[in-house]
Amino acid sequence: MSDALRRPAWIRLLSHTVLILLAIPCLLPLVWMISTSLKTDAQIFPAPSEGFSAIGLKDIVPNPVQWRNYPDALRFVPFGTYLQNTLMLCLVTTVGAVLSSAVVAYGFARTRFRGRKILFIAMLSTLMLPPQVTMIPTFILYKYLGWYGTCLPLTVPSFMGAPFFVFLMVQFFRTIPRELTEAARIDGCGDIRIFATMIIPLAVPVLATCALFQFIGTWNDFLGPLIYLNSPDKYTLAYGLQQFLGSHGSKWAYLMAGATVFTVPIIALFFLAQKTFIQGIATTGGK
Amino acid sequence: MKQTADQINLPHFRRMGFLVWPIPRPGIGWLFIMPWLIGFLLFTVFPFIASLYLSFCSYDVLSAPRWIGLANYRDLLLNDPLFYKALYNTLCYAVFSIPLGVAAGIGLALLLDMNLRGISIYRTIFFLPSIVPVVAASMLWLWILNPQIGLVNGLLAHIGIKGPAWLGSASWSKTSLIVMSIWGVGGAMIIYLAGLKDIPLHLYEAALVDGANTWQRVRHITLPMLTPVIFFNVVMSVIGSFQYFTQAYVMTGGGPEDSTLFYALCLFNRAFSYLNMGYASAMAWILLVIVFAATLLIFRTHRRWVHYE
Repeated sequence: MSDALRRPAWIRLLSHTVLILLAIPCLLPLVWMISTSLKTDAQIFPAPSEGFSAIGLKDIVPNPVQWRNYPDALRFVPFGTYLQNTLMLCLVTTVGAVLSSAVVAYGFARTRFRGRKILFIAMLSTLMLPPQVTMIPTFILYKYLGWYGTCLPLTVPSFMGAPFFVFLMVQFFRTIPRELTEAARIDGCGDIRIFATMIIPLAVPVLATCALFQFIGTWNDFLGPLIYLNSPDKYTLAYGLQQFLGSHGSKWAYLMAGATVFTVPIIALFFLAQKTFIQGIATTGGK
Repeated sequence: MKQTADQINLPHFRRMGFLVWPIPRPGIGWLFIMPWLIGFLLFTVFPFIASLYLSFCSYDVLSAPRWIGLANYRDLLLNDPLFYKALYNTLCYAVFSIPLGVAAGIGLALLLDMNLRGISIYRTIFFLPSIVPVVAASMLWLWILNPQIGLVNGLLAHIGIKGPAWLGSASWSKTSLIVMSIWGVGGAMIIYLAGLKDIPLHLYEAALVDGANTWQRVRHITLPMLTPVIFFNVVMSVIGSFQYFTQAYVMTGGGPEDSTLFYALCLFNRAFSYLNMGYASAMAWILLVIVFAATLLIFRTHRRWVHYE
């Protein structure tokens, strides 16, 4: 609608004012997180004599800036180990989920077999199934397999195709003209070659969207590590930070330093892959 | 037989006048979906049935499950005040956070759909909070809402208000979590924004010719055309509110006075703190029934308010 109408100046001014006023509460918490992470305890906790005190503009910029909170926080909690574990899980699950989902999606989108439609509907309906329903027997199954306390419960399922990714990829694979693959088939190409050499290269954008979602999903995942990990040397950042909060709940500078370290890569990823990000989220809400 | 279909030189046969269409091997489709099928049977079908069975059992992982019939369900529905508390908390959260989220998401999307200078910067700003990892956001809000030295009460002190204890107060804790959820409304906003872009321009042009003002255009074109997206968001949010877990677990652990003990948290505690796996499975099945009923109900109202082009 925007292009059809050129709004008068006062409306534009008003809009800017409203947007700026709304942007402040949006950004202030993030600014405060970084600000706290660079403060000394003396700056964070007001002197007892002052009692309850108001927070002003001057409190936003730390003075002096306490850069050493970051290395100190790293010494306090083994963030390095957590980061390594998290990155490893992200890498494995992303590769696993994208590859397996693509294979499964090809099966649903470009091959014919009896029961294909029913199975596809079954797959989509699992998207609506609350994970709490399957959580307990799955836990028992992993325990029985001896996987409890290892990374396997967090990685292996990603190689079984993620229903939502399969759905996105099926939508995309179906748009690839049949003539293209049929021509290759007549030339003697099998399904596996068509999949690997024709479909996959064409599907790079949708694969990238899925990879991004999976990476962020694993990076943020809390429930999985909470249920399945039991030794600190395997903790992920999300779980490790929560444990740190539980044991040192008043070390706000370190906690916010940790939260910043945990958040910045995701924000960086957003700026690097803005288009994939936005399009991915927009398509999730589509029809 | 299967092999020959591939080996035959099909173009050659065509030229000879045979009507030959390449025959896909029937097994290949199954081969492709096999990874999902194995996962589906192992991690969905089996746990689904097993959890129904467990819900009729007393099971603490250490000893074998013992069949106790409907006892879990009877205990849950008749003498478990925590169950009703958790249900109430979850409904409370859903009833406030979902409509507020829809309103805030659409409001922001409408603002951000304008043709203003720097609009993409605004979009980025409003989207940013929604990508902050849940655990980080929870820690951040725990800090901001600190009753004594938190940012929010520090700012309120400026205008002479002594802020409440927020997450430390049973009457403000749910409000705190709802406020936090609105802060992360950027994801929904992007979905609405995409919905707005899909509304055909000619509808607005026609309305303009008919002399409709801005409000009338929003009320009679934008909102009706956006209803499919709103519908989708509401359904997903209802399902999501019954899975609301991480924020409550990290920030309050269910307290104070169980005021933030949400359904998924209550279930988790039952399963993994008390090891009442049978009882927790019964809770999971009640959850499934509620979510199913709620979704069905929303779908029933579907025709009354959702418009398709």
